[in-house]
Amino acid sequence: MASLARFRIPRRLPLLHGVRSIQTTADTTQLLQNAPSDDPSVPFTVKLHEDSFHTFNCDKPELEVQVTKEQLLTMYRQMQTMRRMEMAADALYKAKMIRGFCHLAIGQEAVSVGLEHGIRPDDRVITAYRCHPFAVMRGGTVTGVLGELLGRQNGMSHGKGGSMHIFTPSFFGGNGIVGAQVPVGAGVAFAQKYMGEKNATFALYGDGASNQGQVFEAFNMAKLWNLPAVFVCENNKYGMGTPAERSSSNTAYFTRGDKIPGLQVNGMDIIAALQAVQYARKWAVDDEKGPLLLEFVTYRYGGHSMSDPGTTYRTREEVQRMRSTRDPIRGLQRYIEEWGLATEQELKQLDKDAKAEIDAAVEEAKKSPEPLTKDLWSDIYIKGSEPPFMRGREREEASVFVLYCLDEVTN
Amino acid sequence: MLTTKLRLSSALIKPLRLHPRWSSSAAEPPPAGGHLPGVATSNTLRTTRDVALRTPGITWADEDPSGPDRNIVGGRETRKMNTYQAVRDAMSIALMKDDTAVIFGEDVAFGGVFRCTMGLAEEFGKERVFNTPLTEQGIAGFGIGLAVMGHTAIAEIQFADYIYPAFDQIVNEAAKIRYRSGGQYDVGGLTIRTPTMSVGHGGLYHSQSPEGFFMGASGLKIVIPRSPIQAKGLLLASIRDPNPVIFMEPKILYRSAVEQVPVDDFALPLGKAETLIPGSDLTLLTWGTPVYHCETAMHMLSSPPPGINAHIPKSLRDAKIELIDLRTILPWDVETVVESVKRTGRLVVVHEAGLTAGVGAEISAEVQKRCFLKLNAPVKRVTGWDLPAALQYEKFNIPDAVRIVDAIVETLSY
Repeated sequence: MASLARFRIPRRLPLLHGVRSIQTTADTTQLLQNAPSDDPSVPFTVKLHEDSFHTFNCDKPELEVQVTKEQLLTMYRQMQTMRRMEMAADALYKAKMIRGFCHLAIGQEAVSVGLEHGIRPDDRVITAYRCHPFAVMRGGTVTGVLGELLGRQNGMSHGKGGSMHIFTPSFFGGNGIVGAQVPVGAGVAFAQKYMGEKNATFALYGDGASNQGQVFEAFNMAKLWNLPAVFVCENNKYGMGTPAERSSSNTAYFTRGDKIPGLQVNGMDIIAALQAVQYARKWAVDDEKGPLLLEFVTYRYGGHSMSDPGTTYRTREEVQRMRSTRDPIRGLQRYIEEWGLATEQELKQLDKDAKAEIDAAVEEAKKSPEPLTKDLWSDIYIKGSEPPFMRGREREEASVFVLYCLDEVTN
Repeated sequence: MLTTKLRLSSALIKPLRLHPRWSSSAAEPPPAGGHLPGVATSNTLRTTRDVALRTPGITWADEDPSGPDRNIVGGRETRKMNTYQAVRDAMSIALMKDDTAVIFGEDVAFGGVFRCTMGLAEEFGKERVFNTPLTEQGIAGFGIGLAVMGHTAIAEIQFADYIYPAFDQIVNEAAKIRYRSGGQYDVGGLTIRTPTMSVGHGGLYHSQSPEGFFMGASGLKIVIPRSPIQAKGLLLASIRDPNPVIFMEPKILYRSAVEQVPVDDFALPLGKAETLIPGSDLTLLTWGTPVYHCETAMHMLSSPPPGINAHIPKSLRDAKIELIDLRTILPWDVETVVESVKRTGRLVVVHEAGLTAGVGAEISAEVQKRCFLKLNAPVKRVTGWDLPAALQYEKFNIPDAVRIVDAIVETLSY
């Protein structure tokens, strides 16, 4: 075994000759013109690294992107807020205040924030269990997310769902079953098309879920019916504890849609992420070209869930290297400073604001009471159509929903 | 895969056509034009306009249900339909009255293997009645997505036996979404239709009764009709119920059960059992196809055919058996069943699915708890054995009239 171990450690993944891998640096975008100093809403042009995208049966998005100072600063603040929210969740979990399952997206902030900046409020988003940032970006609140994780009444699902179960009117939730959200996303997209809405649905899944049968079923239906569905693979390199190369025969996830074209994106550079999402939205909505696969190559710093230290299947050095060289927040920070959009001091102030916001949200979430006992039996059937009794509701198992409803009225 | 399915299903349809008077009595075939009622001659079927329009519990969509019970049936028409025609009629009404309603499933655009969607694609357009790939899990998830947007999604799983790939979507997504979103989202517009139960020769993957597997999935409703009128009224109620419903249609009744069905838009109540024949000595509870086996068994009890004459004690032949069709399996109508058992003191439950952890197990446990001191005999279950529904053994596996009458005799003489 010792000799085997020696053999395994130095092994490197073979690089395909002639194929340049996707760029995953966070700070290689170039400024093409000086940013206007007076008005923060005036757009200026920047140029992405030429290896920011790989394509499959579609044209490459423009490398030149229009951004504004306002937008970049907002993104920075939002990414900081999302990271600090996840860090707060981590701390609350370790303090045993959050129980159960909890999956954090630290390191993947450029995807959730970049997605939100590339779509419209009435587009729809659905994702898997790593859902906290999306819930906030799609109209939720940090307090609502933390409250939900803590199982409190002010949680976004009133404390009845927990980490994977957070929804807003345009965000169809975290979904706990691996891959199950993808065909649901196809259904949502069909409804949009059916109603003639000028919108798209972004259905997200991970590199692990990409091998679920129903993901391919959803691809097929979406292409067959030309649905405005963008299937977004967040490739963070590991499906739970398994590296992508060991779970997928084809790790170029953007090529796995058969007749659906695909785009691989540097998911660590938020400007590349923004450009890709804008491209996908135009593809599905304006050009009505049907579905598109979007693969964000990103990285999660933490383990798969709170019970995974995240260091048994990869080295600490690898995580450290990603943190120090590819971090999406540091990358954007560098753009902002180098392009003269804000000083280090001003960014520090934004960091402080984000921290204060999270601290206040944690306190507010903690203050909220746990759900009422009577709500254990609500929301199973719609009020007025419940069965006359439900097993386990009380010791006699003979309680009547009507009585319960009356109680509620008289209370 | 597809051709296999089609070949199998046409094989299923053909014998039904050749033997419309398929008898429920397996051990002792009745003489030609015999005295035992089967599906074709059942007294529970409503074969005249007047009787059909007075179906208990019927509510007309064009009448205010909160108003006084008028019981006026004048001006309403009925048409002779079998079950698949009644199902089609219900879906046609649903599509006509609800612009968001769509029907999808494997092969539904050309009518479906049991003809339940015949002509609907031509009538309402291919955007509203369309084929899906062979992707049961995808169909269920897709239907959930559609319903979560507030649309009416009528999905068909070609056979109930194929529902297992969709089990995850149904149990984990459809049943739980209202709860886990704190009431913000629901898939009340979702109805999954699927043909269920045996035809006598369906084999392992075309004769199962999976209703029991869904019984623990709070948030769902499970409905199984026994006849054309019931199918139409319960299906319309299911489509409009604000909860996801699995609607299981007993496939042998598609053609063999024929009634005069009201042509208007009407509903029958979910969650309510129906007492088909009142009695005072024993409660016989069932749903779907075995309703007719039970009716046959009751006739065997009161006037036994020569073959089993010796086994039916004379003292029991006048026993009054109360026959109840449960209709909704989840949530099941505890009140009606318990009220009946408290009067009769005896219960026999009949279903086609296996005994262990079948729906009958749940009913027996609840009844023995609520009626413990009123019971004169243990609750008896007559069910399929705990076996796969193997092709050659299907007749032995299905609870037939002889097994039911045997259970009745055993329970009455306990």
